[in-house]
Amino acid sequence: MQQLTRRQMLALGSGAAVITMLPVAPILAAGSEFEMRVKKFAGTAMIREGGIELDLPEIAENGNTVPMSVSVGSPMTKADHVQQVMVLAEGNPLPGVITFNFSHMSGSAEASTRMRLAKTQNVVAVARMSDGSVRMVKSVVKVTIGGCGG
Amino acid sequence: MLSRREFWQLSLAATLAGNFPAGIARAAARQQLDQERLLSFEAVGNVTLLHFTDLHAQLLPIYFREPSVNIGVGENSGLPPHITGAAFLKKFGLETDSAAAHALSSEDFTALARAYGRVGGVDRIATLVKAIRAERPSQTLLFDGGDTWQGSYTALQTRGADMVETMNLLAPDAMTGHWEFTYGTDRVKELSEAMDFPFLCGNIRDTEWDEPVFDAIKYFERGGVRIGVIGQAFPYTPIANPRYMMPEWAFGIREDDMRRHVAEVRAGGADLVILLSHNGFDVDRKLASRVEGIDVILTGHTHDALPVAVKQGKTLLIASGSHGKFLSRLDLDVQGGEVRDFKFKLMPVFSDAITPDPEMSAMIEKVRAPYAAATSRVLGHSESLLYRRGNFNGTFDDLICQALLQERDAEIALSPGFRWGASILPGQPITVDDVYSVTAITYPNVYRSKFTGAFIKEILEDVADNLFNPDPYYQQGGDMVRVGGMGYRIDVGAKIGSRISEMTLLKDGQPIDPAREYVVAGWASVNEGTQGPPIYDLVTKYIETEKSINIPPNEAVRITGT
Repeated sequence: MQQLTRRQMLALGSGAAVITMLPVAPILAAGSEFEMRVKKFAGTAMIREGGIELDLPEIAENGNTVPMSVSVGSPMTKADHVQQVMVLAEGNPLPGVITFNFSHMSGSAEASTRMRLAKTQNVVAVARMSDGSVRMVKSVVKVTIGGCGG
Repeated sequence: MLSRREFWQLSLAATLAGNFPAGIARAAARQQLDQERLLSFEAVGNVTLLHFTDLHAQLLPIYFREPSVNIGVGENSGLPPHITGAAFLKKFGLETDSAAAHALSSEDFTALARAYGRVGGVDRIATLVKAIRAERPSQTLLFDGGDTWQGSYTALQTRGADMVETMNLLAPDAMTGHWEFTYGTDRVKELSEAMDFPFLCGNIRDTEWDEPVFDAIKYFERGGVRIGVIGQAFPYTPIANPRYMMPEWAFGIREDDMRRHVAEVRAGGADLVILLSHNGFDVDRKLASRVEGIDVILTGHTHDALPVAVKQGKTLLIASGSHGKFLSRLDLDVQGGEVRDFKFKLMPVFSDAITPDPEMSAMIEKVRAPYAAATSRVLGHSESLLYRRGNFNGTFDDLICQALLQERDAEIALSPGFRWGASILPGQPITVDDVYSVTAITYPNVYRSKFTGAFIKEILEDVADNLFNPDPYYQQGGDMVRVGGMGYRIDVGAKIGSRISEMTLLKDGQPIDPAREYVVAGWASVNEGTQGPPIYDLVTKYIETEKSINIPPNEAVRITGT
């Protein structure tokens, strides 16, 4: 059998292949609602890691209200802008946090909110650009029992 | 007539042989120590920085044993400050039994503590500071790294006022904080306004408007150099300590804010950028590797004492110990916006070798006088060395756990892994002051609850990850929670959730059943409304009942994966 390079494999690009082959794959638990939502959001597009600033505390001061900011670098013109940014909390019973919609009229693709995190987990932001490309970043937020510091 | 050198050699040999009267050994040991020698320093450059941190309200001289276990993980494994004992002495070329070796390690602690005497005392620090200010009058800055207002009977009674009054006399040029916040936001504001110097905390914002609560930056001119100082409070204060005490303030490492502050200070014309930090050493080392433009980080929080300045890229990291045991001096030659040369000395504050500053002695006397009768009361005495510092257990915590088990009729005791508290030598009386030095907090209530075995494991796993997460940004800088009545094994290098195993109830040797409920007594809960007697009253009562305290070596915690 002919050996495929990673590049060729990616170029083949069915959704499932993309999900299993990319560096972001380890964070996707097979068959979970989280995985389904990422797949649905990305469609057939290849997911590129990075290109999103996700500002979160390393350790949550209060798991019930964790501040989060997300921004995606983009000229935000009609031809080249951010369409949507979806935020997921991988370890929550319901992973969906929020989806922000943008247009070239938005000026910049920046948004903030607060969310509830049930436990220590990855928070993931996925962004779809106007050219159909998809970016993704993740960040671990620790939710601890607290106490015992220094 | 013996020369001093001959006398010293003779006495040292005799001390080692153990057949010399203690008084003579002490006299000999102290020949090594005198104020002039502790201060001696060949000045370099145009700026002198002095730094002390984590005083924990210790106005008077104390004994303080450095940790014998201080494990580093990930990239910090085996790096200072994560080496201890003989390995530490070897790494820094310190002679066994020397004054420096005693100050910086736990080797042969009791015998050497008897020989070299107590350490610290703010009136001794004042003497050193005055001498250096006199030597370098327009070139010196003094910084207090925080954890200054908490840790004694008098600080608790006056809610930090005794320390603010004392510090106003010592006159640091700036401070930052951590335990200060456990007096509550209103008190912190009140006391910071009573201070004659700024309380710099660039990483605190109000939760409602996300606006800065304190100044982040202060500029100074010393030796013709414009100096920008950025303050960083302990990032995890509302997690490690009760959030209800500071509900409107949000903390965090806030790396991006740090980059902005450094850029602002450089743009503001600073030739020298100093970070006065309460992050903890490993967090600061990582920060220095990721944020450019900081010349010096005066570290704090983790109580590490290092005899050298540690270089991370172009940044110098200084670790000045705790409890007033050390004063750091860093001389810098700053030319054209960069540090060309530096010289560093970590000065151990050997109390008996330094003449107390009379003005400061009078101040300490004054602030302590109203409480003298209460604090000096003798409760019993110790047959064992009592100390706290170390990753897993300390004999003082074992004593507290014993008291918790007995006084609250519990099967398991949990005591927080705080790093503060003075040590007590075998034979020494235990006073009220001594009890408060390891228990004086504003949320002291001892709970008695039923926890399942599974929940106890969860607590241990959670705290272990705060200490051994390989990423320093996820560490909180305390030690492991102390456990009484239960043993366990810990694999330090494992992942969260799988470090703790072989949990065993000591009274019957049975494995802990995840489903069974156990009666647990503990203190320093961060939950509001915790019911129970204050820990200092409980420990006081226990020592008064026991009279004589004897703590056997703790073999209940087995450590692997280091």
